Amino acid sequence: MWGKRLNFRVWIRGAALTRRFLAETTPSLALRERAAHQPSLPMFAINTSALFGQLLVGLINGSFYALLSLGLAVIFGLLNIINFAHGALFMMGAFCAYFLLNLAGVGYWGALVLTPVIVGAFGIFLERTMLHRLANLDHLYGLLLTFGLALIIQGLFQNYFGSSGLPYAIPPELTGAQNLGFMFLPNYRAWVVVLSAIVCFATWFAIEKTSLGALLRAATENPALVRAFGVNVPRMITLAYGFGVGLAGLAGVLAAPINQVRPLMGADLIIVVFAVVVIGGMGSILGSIVTGFALGVIEGLTKYIYPEASNTVVFVVMALVLMVKPAGLFGRAS
Amino acid sequence: MSEAALLNVKNLEAWYGESHILHGVDFSVRKGEVATLLGRNGAGKTTTLKSIMGMVAKRRGSVIYEGVETIGLSSDRIARLGIAICPEERGIFASLDVRENLLLPPKIKSGGLAIESILDLFPNLRERMSSQGTKLSGGEQQMLAIARILRTGATLLMLDEPTEGLAPVIIEQIGLTIKKLKESGFTILLVEQNFRFASTVADRYFVMEHGKIIDTFANSELSANMEKLHAYLGV
Repeated sequence: MWGKRLNFRVWIRGAALTRRFLAETTPSLALRERAAHQPSLPMFAINTSALFGQLLVGLINGSFYALLSLGLAVIFGLLNIINFAHGALFMMGAFCAYFLLNLAGVGYWGALVLTPVIVGAFGIFLERTMLHRLANLDHLYGLLLTFGLALIIQGLFQNYFGSSGLPYAIPPELTGAQNLGFMFLPNYRAWVVVLSAIVCFATWFAIEKTSLGALLRAATENPALVRAFGVNVPRMITLAYGFGVGLAGLAGVLAAPINQVRPLMGADLIIVVFAVVVIGGMGSILGSIVTGFALGVIEGLTKYIYPEASNTVVFVVMALVLMVKPAGLFGRAS
Repeated sequence: MSEAALLNVKNLEAWYGESHILHGVDFSVRKGEVATLLGRNGAGKTTTLKSIMGMVAKRRGSVIYEGVETIGLSSDRIARLGIAICPEERGIFASLDVRENLLLPPKIKSGGLAIESILDLFPNLRERMSSQGTKLSGGEQQMLAIARILRTGATLLMLDEPTEGLAPVIIEQIGLTIKKLKESGFTILLVEQNFRFASTVADRYFVMEHGKIIDTFANSELSANMEKLHAYLGV
């Protein structure tokens, strides 16, 4: 997929260079060439397999954005903490899958179940020992603490494993690809998109449509009152942090066979994820899911149309959204 | 104090941050009565309710409910002993619909009212079950805030200014409801600024000033104390 994108870029650039060269040396020839070829200039020819390939890459990235920003939304809602350690915990998910395979012989499917639990338990440990002390303080303290935690965790992993990636194989059941006629769809990537969508929908359903979810939403609004109704809110907050972090761990396992398992894999992703959270609206569950998938696709489309902008398009969208809706697309103005 | 005291508050002190709000509050609530805390703004009425509920960070003294000392307990533990609060700002959750708001407080004991009898008490809520909580009128929100603490099995209901900002006809309805709740065996601790309303439902009055109870009398002694009361409340 990436190779295809690069070739496409080289091709466009090559064509442009050739045209400029011709224009500078033989103007008349250039004019003739432009007249003859304008209708079929490469920019206007739709290369469907490249387009759908980029859309698929976008959907995959969108799956990770959605899973990560969903966890951030749950955590921000209940803890009022902007969890900068989320990227590091995502990375720990990928490493956890790697260790489970190489140290304990637990394969992909086992890791898919165990990793969210293990990473979630680590999150609960962080919440109990550190984060809960910041409960009534300004956002800034939580941000600084989790940012520091992220640097420490990433630093430790870099120290022991270097910056280059460790391989993690696609499980044999999910190797291969489907020929859809207009493109090849690798089975593993389809699985990532489908599983992420299911997990996101299930989380949305649990929070918006069940009585447990009603308790969570109420505790987001007024934790003191929910507690005065007899609910152990601090325990609920701890579990919610564990759950949000568990989602990051799950995303890490899903990412392991696609990206390599690298200490900085989360740091690269998390900046975009925070843009997603801001666009969707801080703390909005639906907002984080929809925006996550949508921005992945927008990024993919940009890679097809104008690759140079693909790294910035998310932030351009963020700036535009904030100008029109400062609370984000799905956020409530406070 | 009385033998049948359900709630016994002794020398209760409370702080918000650095400010000392309650300076030794003493009173008790008997089982099955409607007790009312009266007093001007800032006298410490709401803080007294919040301190009993454990919702104030720093408090000292003694609050005994059904023989259990609650001063060191967290508010969720206190709630599970059978105390429920209807806060002054009503605390209707905006992201929940009426049904979710109504069903939110978990059952803590048997003996709470069934949903049907709650809706008989508050027929307005029946048609609004799937409305968003904050789309209700002020009166409906107040009814919902009272309604949702009736099914949990709590026996002591603390109502903080349930008539504030409401139309007279709705105040009358809330008064009738409080009488019905008393008949069904609930004990009610009411905070009121609206003395005329309180006099229609209360059995006993506790007058607060500067974070202390400064006077106590029963409803039967009301006319004898009217002049004093006017001075206390400035009405």
